[in-house]
Amino acid sequence: MDLLLMQLFNSLSVSSILLLAALGLAITFGLMGVINMAHGELIMIGAYTTYVVQNIWKSVFPESLFDGYFIASIFISFLVTAGIGVLLERGIIRHLYGRALDSLLVTWGISLVLQQLVRSIFGPTNVSVACPSFLDKNIEVIGMFSMSYKRLFILALVIICCILIGLLMYRTRQGRNIRAAMQNRPMAASLGVNTARCDALTFAIGSGFAGVAGCAIALLGPIGPTIGQSYIVDTFMAVVVGGVGRIVGCITGSAIIGMGGPIFEFFTTASLGKVLIFIVVIIILQFCPKGIFSISNRVLDE
Amino acid sequence: MKKRDLWKKILSVAMVGALSMSVMGCSGGAMGEATESSTETTESSEAEESSEVTGTEESTASGDTVKVGILHSQSGTMAMAEKPMIEATQMAIDEINEAGGILGKQIEFVLEDGASDAAIFAEKATKLLTNDKVATIFGCWTSASRKAVLPVVEGNNGLLWYPVQYEGLESSHNIMYTAPCPNQQAIPAMDYLMENYKGEDGVLKVFLFGSDYVYPRTTNTIIKEMQAEYGFEIVGEEYIPLGYTDCSTVITKIQQTQPDVIINTINGDSNVSFFKQYKDAGLSPDKIQTMSFSCYEEDIRGMGAEYAEGHLFAWNYFQSVDTEASKAFTEKFKSIYGEEKVTGDPVVNAYEGVYLWKAAVEKAGTFDVEAVITACESGEVECETPEGLITIAAGTTHHVLQKVLVGECDAEGQIQTLWETEDRVEPDPWLTEYAWASKLTTDSE
Repeated sequence: MDLLLMQLFNSLSVSSILLLAALGLAITFGLMGVINMAHGELIMIGAYTTYVVQNIWKSVFPESLFDGYFIASIFISFLVTAGIGVLLERGIIRHLYGRALDSLLVTWGISLVLQQLVRSIFGPTNVSVACPSFLDKNIEVIGMFSMSYKRLFILALVIICCILIGLLMYRTRQGRNIRAAMQNRPMAASLGVNTARCDALTFAIGSGFAGVAGCAIALLGPIGPTIGQSYIVDTFMAVVVGGVGRIVGCITGSAIIGMGGPIFEFFTTASLGKVLIFIVVIIILQFCPKGIFSISNRVLDE
Repeated sequence: MKKRDLWKKILSVAMVGALSMSVMGCSGGAMGEATESSTETTESSEAEESSEVTGTEESTASGDTVKVGILHSQSGTMAMAEKPMIEATQMAIDEINEAGGILGKQIEFVLEDGASDAAIFAEKATKLLTNDKVATIFGCWTSASRKAVLPVVEGNNGLLWYPVQYEGLESSHNIMYTAPCPNQQAIPAMDYLMENYKGEDGVLKVFLFGSDYVYPRTTNTIIKEMQAEYGFEIVGEEYIPLGYTDCSTVITKIQQTQPDVIINTINGDSNVSFFKQYKDAGLSPDKIQTMSFSCYEEDIRGMGAEYAEGHLFAWNYFQSVDTEASKAFTEKFKSIYGEEKVTGDPVVNAYEGVYLWKAAVEKAGTFDVEAVITACESGEVECETPEGLITIAAGTTHHVLQKVLVGECDAEGQIQTLWETEDRVEPDPWLTEYAWASKLTTDSE
């Protein structure tokens, strides 16, 4: 019983991290049709930002305030990666709209550049952040089942991010514009929506959430130049399975990939678990080629 | 409006420019490093004379210098682990050059990046042997990269010094292994565990956990063969792909099976995820102990000492080894590469490889590969190293005699020795001395 609960909690935790990474991707992929291979590197930059903030915080503030760095770094990571996202979109990706293959290659190139850049600055060695003391605890629930505060915190963080994105997309004017541009770009433009600004903003938000994901990942594992690579494939799968451009699709997709992986792994092995989850994805895409939740619209040229 | 467009265009061109510059900067840097070589001109005419005395006209050792290759990953997932190896090799070369070189010749090195990719390792090894005509190569970490380089050095009659602990069951004519094979690490470590970690029922329950490739799988096969003889029980065996970051499911399985000890053969940065998530799951070494074979001080530095504290590690050297030579080595390494740096077994193995090669060349009196190998096989090639006296075993095994240590990580991330073998252990890569291993050796032959 306690093992089952433990496994469920683990899966939920994996899903939540995946969701955080997938949210950003779903927005950019959904709105602009840009396959942003550099999304993983934005996660990596978020993690490194956390590391830098930690070091600066340590030298500026007294020891007793140390734990505060993590809260600050969530916001700073968001801003830094959002800034890099805008630079990428305005500088490069904007010129490649409608050229899916080119954008794929270019963003892949960017991801290599970013990896090597980080390697040159921070060295090839992994770095790590100290976990704030208020998160470095476990609550024993029953038997062997204990929940770590870190994972609970990440879960809460993801829920807050989902609510924020939901509010932004469905309750604000900006969100309406984004959705309009997503569904029918020429029509939205002719009705006065500044689609270029929309693109930049969306890309910034999407990138920002990748940064927050990086911040969360920093608590669980190593921070290295290639950390983004280990998340990017699962993240893309989550977005594709869930359906492009819908938040609820993104949540479903992350849940399938995130819960399915550890559950299959529990009954088989890590490698076989991965194979099984890929098979599940293939079967789902056979029956719903556009993902589980797809947006129905009237654009004919798709 | 037009002005704004123009401005935007300029900005984006500048962006692209900056990015491509950084690309070129990087590759330029790598190129620069790749061809970087320590060419300290010989200061004494004596040196030149002595090189004339040997009078050999080999392509490998022309003029006042002899070329060697360093082949490690500077990029990709193994870069973290292999960077200190490059540094240690360079440090040894610089020391030898300062002291007058080998046979009067200064060592000049060519540094190549294997990029964590076995195919690239093979390609770069070919380049080093055929283009640069190096006298020897120091390099490789993963068994995958060594297995890829093996046919290249055999085919081109090169010589490779391999510095990382590995699964054994190999001894190439053209490779010298300065690292331990299983009977110098895994088997003594199991002896230690049998003595100290048996459960209440008198049976040691073992959980095998490693990365999914040749080294962990072969090592665990060896451990499984030991089972009948030693009488321990294997309650689980799990592998994760290299670079995997989520170990929570395997940790659940560990809790389910409740072993006395986990044999950890994870390589690379998955170690960090494992130890962090192990603690997160509420486990600790006093509940279930771990014994790691491929995680050293540098990995511990990367994860933070609080996660590794109390866990066990088996190697032939720890930075904490309290001898003059060991302290001097660590101090020098830190003074060159930074105070925060740590040393450890693989670093020392890389360092001593250069000195063993020097000893072998001096014994042979020439840089010729065959002569050097013959010298190595005499059993008389040895040198004092930070881990003590290291001797290349006589015969064709091409491994070294060394002590085996088991240690526990302290709060500073240093591994403190708990137990060590009395004498240096003779290498036995084919496990011929062990009756239980007979099936293994016949299988792989």
